[in-house]
Amino acid sequence: MNNRSQKILPVIMPVMMAPKARPDDRFRLQRWHGFALVAVLITASIPAFAATDPARASMFEVLQRWMPLLLKGFVFNIIISISAMAIGTVAGAVLGLGQISLIAPVRKISWLITQFFRNAPWLVLLFFAMFLLPFELKIFGLTIPLPDWLKAMFGLSLPVMANVSEIVRGGVMSLPSGQWEAAESLAFSRQQTLWRIILPQCVKRMLPPWMNLYSILTMATVLASIVGVSEVMTLTGQALAAEGGRSDLLIPFYSFVLFLFFIYCYPIARWTVRLEKKFAVIT
Amino acid sequence: MEVFFEWFRVLYDETGINLPFLYDSYDRNRMVDGFFMTVKLSIVCLFFSVVIGVVGAWLQNSPLKWTRRIVNVYIQLFRNTPPLVQLYFFYFAISSLMPTVDNGFGGQQPMLGGFAWAAISLSFFAGAYNVEIFRAGIEAVPNSTIEAAEALGFSRLTTYVYITLPLAFRVALPSLNNNLVNLVKTTTLAYAIAVPEMLYEANQIWSDNVNVTEMMIFLLLIYFALVGVLVWGMNSWERKLKIPGFGN
Repeated sequence: MNNRSQKILPVIMPVMMAPKARPDDRFRLQRWHGFALVAVLITASIPAFAATDPARASMFEVLQRWMPLLLKGFVFNIIISISAMAIGTVAGAVLGLGQISLIAPVRKISWLITQFFRNAPWLVLLFFAMFLLPFELKIFGLTIPLPDWLKAMFGLSLPVMANVSEIVRGGVMSLPSGQWEAAESLAFSRQQTLWRIILPQCVKRMLPPWMNLYSILTMATVLASIVGVSEVMTLTGQALAAEGGRSDLLIPFYSFVLFLFFIYCYPIARWTVRLEKKFAVIT
Repeated sequence: MEVFFEWFRVLYDETGINLPFLYDSYDRNRMVDGFFMTVKLSIVCLFFSVVIGVVGAWLQNSPLKWTRRIVNVYIQLFRNTPPLVQLYFFYFAISSLMPTVDNGFGGQQPMLGGFAWAAISLSFFAGAYNVEIFRAGIEAVPNSTIEAAEALGFSRLTTYVYITLPLAFRVALPSLNNNLVNLVKTTTLAYAIAVPEMLYEANQIWSDNVNVTEMMIFLLLIYFALVGVLVWGMNSWERKLKIPGFGN
């Protein structure tokens, strides 16, 4: 059999559909492309390695030396993220319920607040909280200092609040209206319907976007470094400065920070996807 | 116009509401420059992130295992790390490996400046989300449509360009809209590497005039307006692209 007789007619192609390599693809990535890419990356990083003078500590030693401090900073990031999430969730739930309120002014105002904080950049909101909150509060002669990290926490919880509010509204809206009608026919009051019938069903649906939001918030905690909270990014900058601004340390240090966030956020992302699949509404 | 601007000086004298970016021509120019810088950065990032999304989604459907793996690694890396650290990584770490060029005054300067790195890093960040968005859109295209294209002798690339992508684009538009809004908001990060965009200029102004409250509220309102224009544009585009009988 020669080559020509084996030529596939386009008509029968659907039977052997993609994804499968086909000879008429003009551009095909092959395994060697990957190797070439890795080779280019390694060559590119050689200057960084070559710059390492044997008299100075190697970058891995330096990184190891600073690692406990950086990890401490990262734990602080996580603490900020968890507390901001807690504040934001509580405030957002209230705001979200306000958005589905039967009282028109409450609904309008909740909607406005939600939209305002949802459409403002996180960094601007963070500045907002940093500069406009006082550095200490005086309540009944009691002085409560407001340290930077606390203000950053409030600043970050503002956008979280708005997003949670939308999640709550979306969750309630996603339920079929039959649920409301059935509850009404069973003589449940509106409050009872909401607490006993609607919200318990919503929680399951709100969980994946809520976790997604948490992951976004965790990644946003580094913004606090811009306003001077000593979290992992600030500490990284300080560590780099303390090592005398060696340029070969930049890549390992920043990669390390990226890596920290990756190993924290990636499992959350995978879990979210799994929950999404599990709770998916079958239509 | 001058009368209008002068009115704000009077407002400041009378009420203490200080809006120097209106009555002071120096601050006004700074603010206008900052505004256009934000718009420019947003447009550049919007364009490149959509390009990355389209190309990435095509590569993700590649028949080759390694191509798909590389694209997936890229997506997961950029989606699960903070954009600010990515920006620093590009601006400080990668930039330290790049060759320097003569700046014409006898000194050396990095080949790419803050703006270029901000554009690159934010495009890659938003691009990672766009790949997923386009992929979801492509998955929504009925298989029979692709089979019909195959039967008409389209290759994989031409099927993608002429059949799948135009349909997928319409499905993906609402989520794309969302992501692009996010991108515009993320351009404020460029502040961290001293790109003179709006937040940066506002910061300069409030440092000079000590009017943080007014500047903050102005900033929030203007971002609100920017995002509003984008959402309005995308929505009307969505309506224009709508094909009867496809999607909802």
